[in-house]
Amino acid sequence: MAWAGPGLSSRGRAGWGLVALALLPVAFLAIFFAWPVVAIIGLGFGEGAVLRTLGTGEVWRIAGFTVGQALASTALALLAGLPVAFLLARCRLPGLGVVRTLVLVPFVLPTVVVGLAFRVLLPDAQVGAIVLANAFFNVAVVARTVGGLWAHLDRRAEDAARSLGASRWRAFTSVQLPALLPAISSAAAVVFLFCSTSFGVVLILGGARYRTLETEIYLRTTELLDLPGAAAMSLLQLAAVLAALAAGAAGRRRRETALRLRSRTETARRPAGGEWWVLAAAFGVLTLLLTPIVALLGRSVSTADGWGLAGYRALLTRGADGTLQVSGLDAALNSLRTAGDATVLAMIVGTLASVVLVGLRRGAIARPVAETLDAALMLPLGVSAVTVGFGYLVTLHALPGDLRTSPLLVPFAQALVVTPLIVRIVLPVLRSVDERLRQAAATLGAGPVRVWREVDLALAWRAFLAAAGFGYVVALGEFGATSFLARPEAPTLPVAVAELLARPGELNNQLAYAVCALLMLLTAAVVTVVDRLRTPGLGEF
Amino acid sequence: MPTRRGATTIAVAASLIAATTLAGCTLLGENGNGNEGGGESARTVTLVTHDSFAAPRRLLDSFQRESGIRIKVQKSGDAGALTNKLVLTKDNPIGDVAYGVDSTFASRALNENIFQPYASPQARSGPQRYAVDNRNRMTAIDIGDVCVNIDTRWFAARGIPEPSSYADLTKPRYRNQLVVQDAATSSPGLAFLLGTVAEYGQQGWSGYWAKLKANGVKVVSGWEEAYGQDFSGSSGNGPRPIVVSYASSPAAEVGEDGAATTKALPDTCYRQVEYAGVLAGAKNRDGARKVVDFLLSERFQASVPDSMYVYPTRHGVQVPETWSKVAPLPDRPDSLPPGVVQANRERWVAQWRGLVRG
Repeated sequence: MAWAGPGLSSRGRAGWGLVALALLPVAFLAIFFAWPVVAIIGLGFGEGAVLRTLGTGEVWRIAGFTVGQALASTALALLAGLPVAFLLARCRLPGLGVVRTLVLVPFVLPTVVVGLAFRVLLPDAQVGAIVLANAFFNVAVVARTVGGLWAHLDRRAEDAARSLGASRWRAFTSVQLPALLPAISSAAAVVFLFCSTSFGVVLILGGARYRTLETEIYLRTTELLDLPGAAAMSLLQLAAVLAALAAGAAGRRRRETALRLRSRTETARRPAGGEWWVLAAAFGVLTLLLTPIVALLGRSVSTADGWGLAGYRALLTRGADGTLQVSGLDAALNSLRTAGDATVLAMIVGTLASVVLVGLRRGAIARPVAETLDAALMLPLGVSAVTVGFGYLVTLHALPGDLRTSPLLVPFAQALVVTPLIVRIVLPVLRSVDERLRQAAATLGAGPVRVWREVDLALAWRAFLAAAGFGYVVALGEFGATSFLARPEAPTLPVAVAELLARPGELNNQLAYAVCALLMLLTAAVVTVVDRLRTPGLGEF
Repeated sequence: MPTRRGATTIAVAASLIAATTLAGCTLLGENGNGNEGGGESARTVTLVTHDSFAAPRRLLDSFQRESGIRIKVQKSGDAGALTNKLVLTKDNPIGDVAYGVDSTFASRALNENIFQPYASPQARSGPQRYAVDNRNRMTAIDIGDVCVNIDTRWFAARGIPEPSSYADLTKPRYRNQLVVQDAATSSPGLAFLLGTVAEYGQQGWSGYWAKLKANGVKVVSGWEEAYGQDFSGSSGNGPRPIVVSYASSPAAEVGEDGAATTKALPDTCYRQVEYAGVLAGAKNRDGARKVVDFLLSERFQASVPDSMYVYPTRHGVQVPETWSKVAPLPDRPDSLPPGVVQANRERWVAQWRGLVRG
């Protein structure tokens, strides 16, 4: 390990140790992401006409709209998320735990449900509704990423600025904001990735009029079998995603100018003066977040003759006429199990990757390698689930055991989405561990594993738990890859919701929304447990 | 106090980790069993199908008891995604038998040779009426006609006569009442477009759509929005009383008095037939053939109305009583030859998009 000691020979050993640790994450990404994506894009190139597609104005209009709506959604999510981050990080008020939980709930809702809810709330605002719905999903990312750092910023610099006569606003813009920029740009990059590949929301709210690269890749691949066209779109999507990642990495890099971090109990205060305005904005955002949630809870209890709990009673059944092959509760158990598998897998891959990234921190050669690996880990968030899913079809049969039709592929695909988020949580904490502690332990004779256990793990275990909990929640809500791969006898909750909504009949509809309520309840429970555990952690979520 | 809290925290953490790990083991364990079953893979047949597939479990169980064949269902998206996946994997098929390629995609499936010939003895009792291939590579399993549906109570309450034909939908009396799905993203939307092509001909359909647009047709991307939210006759209580859906939809809107509150217009129907076939390169060809026979058997055919809202292709299969009353099979639906659909679909959809947009 890089921290094994300064000696020349151990330095060489450390390098090989890192390579060994890197093998699993790199192999996982190569087999379950890079190979399928390259293969399916390659098939498109094989048929030719990729360049011709790239030459049409239509493609660029679609790409322009994709980036435009993603930028607008990201800006709105930042605008809405920052006051909430302030509320969560800096204020000492009762009931904040509930707020912290509530903020994460939208993140797991099936896109079809959110799309339908926004259609009712905003029947005529197509582009506006797309931007709002995307922001609705991602306020949590901003609030938690930025809030995580904000809670630990030393307040003394800001207090000094205030006593020297700076206004609250001036103290914010010249003291806090620069320190928060790394977290803000990191959050913005993640949100941009989510928004530029958002699928269900755009399809439902865009009507027949608005198309993005993601919906177009879906149409060309699944309906038209126009692989060259889909390949052209995928390349543009990759380009946009890489640009976003580069911008995010540039912002994150500044964090390495070590910040003096404080525990939240030291930095949270009762709000005063103009801060109440920020709080008012935060509560406004929370009210807006609640609106679609309340609307869909309303749907779950509304029947032809007033209110009723038929949908909830039906959770024990398989829907009207056996729409589902299993009951709603079985789907819940299956969701919990699949998400558990995905989380275990993603934790292993994500932790190994983070350890490698921490180890590669120094050195002229190591640094670009680390940044490439970091970006590669994030890529799965920004590439279409359709591209990856169809890529699996044309590659995975070459592996022993034909994973293409195996139930194991679901947690693997979910882990692909969860791993980057885990890295974003664990990495900053591991980076904040003082290198000298590791060196001291090694000098005292501890082997690399012992150093890791006694120093890294001992200091960062809360962050690991937080990462596992958040990853679990993301896996619970994952729909794109899961709907592609889940078996009918084992649907997850979001897949069950989509199946129920695709059927006529009042009971199926109520049941769909009741299943949604169950999903929210599970999520809230997981988040509550995790939030009780993590405290002085410095994770980005 | 702090230590206590710490202890609770650690206990909760431990149980969370334990639960997660156990959950992981459960699925891995399950898969282990699956592998054991893989030893007798001659007895497992993988049925690749679309997302709407549903069958009563007792039927699959009794089939397994009698034939010794376990059907492993592999859902693969809508009819289009299913067909394209089969095309991409035809050299290394993801299953033995496929069910759900419909008449819209039949031509692509046949051109790409994803199925091998199999003339099921059961196919002569009705399904042969919908044959698309003289080499018997695809066998018709069910019929799912797409028709304009109306909310009969809405019209009765306002004393407006109900529409009954394509032409009626362009009349001022029905202004701003129709909601349809995007032909590019929705399979009933595409079927309705094809229905208008069949009705008005390759020259006339665009003129018809121009009139529909002038009469305030609303285009949304999927069936869920159109039927579940905008249509006044479903639980969504939307504002529009006319929607594109299926001939069978009224059967799901029957109240406690047994009367349907919606109705499909029999003169606006486009026939969609769903096919099954043994995949070329199937590992278990004999098992796959037995599964095709099973899909054509009376008991499976009798289950399709209730589980998938479609009509059986087999003669003499009893459909549920409410169906014959409120959702009879249209007797004169429009249809287009699969080859014509395949050759023109992309162009028609692009042209249609240009017409309804803006």
